[in-house]
Amino acid sequence: MAAKRKTPVKTRNPDLIRGVGKYSRSKMYHKRGLWAIKAKHDGVFPRHDPKPKAPVAPEKAPKFYPAEDVKKPLLNKRKPKPTKLRASITPGTVLILLAGRFMGKRVVFLKQLTSGLLLVTGPFKINGVPLRRVNQSYVIATSTKVNISGVNVEKFDDKYFAKEVEKKKKGEGEFFEAEKEDKKTLPDEKKEDQKAVDASLIKSIEGVVDLKAYLAARFSLKSGMKPHELVF
Amino acid sequence: MPFKRYVEIGRVALVNYGKDYGKLVVIVDVVDQNRALVDAPDMVRGQMNFKRLQLTDFKIYIPRVPKKKTLIEAMEKADVKNKWENSSWGKKLIVQKKRASLNDFDRFKIMLAKIKKAGVVRQELAKLKKENAS
Repeated sequence: MAAKRKTPVKTRNPDLIRGVGKYSRSKMYHKRGLWAIKAKHDGVFPRHDPKPKAPVAPEKAPKFYPAEDVKKPLLNKRKPKPTKLRASITPGTVLILLAGRFMGKRVVFLKQLTSGLLLVTGPFKINGVPLRRVNQSYVIATSTKVNISGVNVEKFDDKYFAKEVEKKKKGEGEFFEAEKEDKKTLPDEKKEDQKAVDASLIKSIEGVVDLKAYLAARFSLKSGMKPHELVF
Repeated sequence: MPFKRYVEIGRVALVNYGKDYGKLVVIVDVVDQNRALVDAPDMVRGQMNFKRLQLTDFKIYIPRVPKKKTLIEAMEKADVKNKWENSSWGKKLIVQKKRASLNDFDRFKIMLAKIKKAGVVRQELAKLKKENAS
């Protein structure tokens, strides 16, 4: 195969209408300069001999044939699109978590990870929510924004949150013996990360009146509140 | 109990239903038993059923079917907008609109303010009770 060009070839033959070019075959031959290439190579168009192919080992007959014909599954080239972030969610937005351990907590949005999940933090000192991933569908976006400019979230991605794989021992006995540690403590590095992210966040939160108490409180529906009429 | 608000030319009314819900309009002519020709500075003059209108206390002095310019001048002279916004009905509507547009954070701040106010009131009440008891 010929080497690929860095820029695709622009046609020198503009379309008059679709399917009809402006220049005839002979004119295009002249325009492309094929006469000049031929002149350089003694009136013959240069041909490259095909590259010598690497020697292919002869194919052996398979040692097993299935009794019935096995159907091959169709090829699936589908690539899922990256999750679209709602327009109301921008870095620094206060979100209300709707499900899980931190149901009702108001939390600050940091960034969207490549998996589509949202990276979110309490901040931990204010409401006990650590750096956490959260699905966009389980969240209400409020219109309150926090200034997030002092925070560096570059190092956080989905790998940071992956569960640690425990190596299983194949010992048959000792099923009921608690070989694993009773509680898995958070590594210090993660605690430091949390503190680093929260430091500048807390400063900008304390700049706004009542915002700290707002983030510390949980959201709940009270009597008379109609969610479809509420403005968040 | 006589009627106080009449359908007449120049009566200011509030639209109750439909595309122009919540607007203040002026009755400019009467079409028939059920409909009026109605006009406002920011809308095209058109007919409206009386059932869509709620009459207000305000009336302006205009000839029948005035030109838009005359209507606007008459409304300015009678100062309908300010009078409406200072009336108790008008004030109620403004408060309703504000409440409906409150943010979650705003609702939280209002809750804090209510608690604070109730605390102050309760302190004063306690003081008064103590004075009375002694």
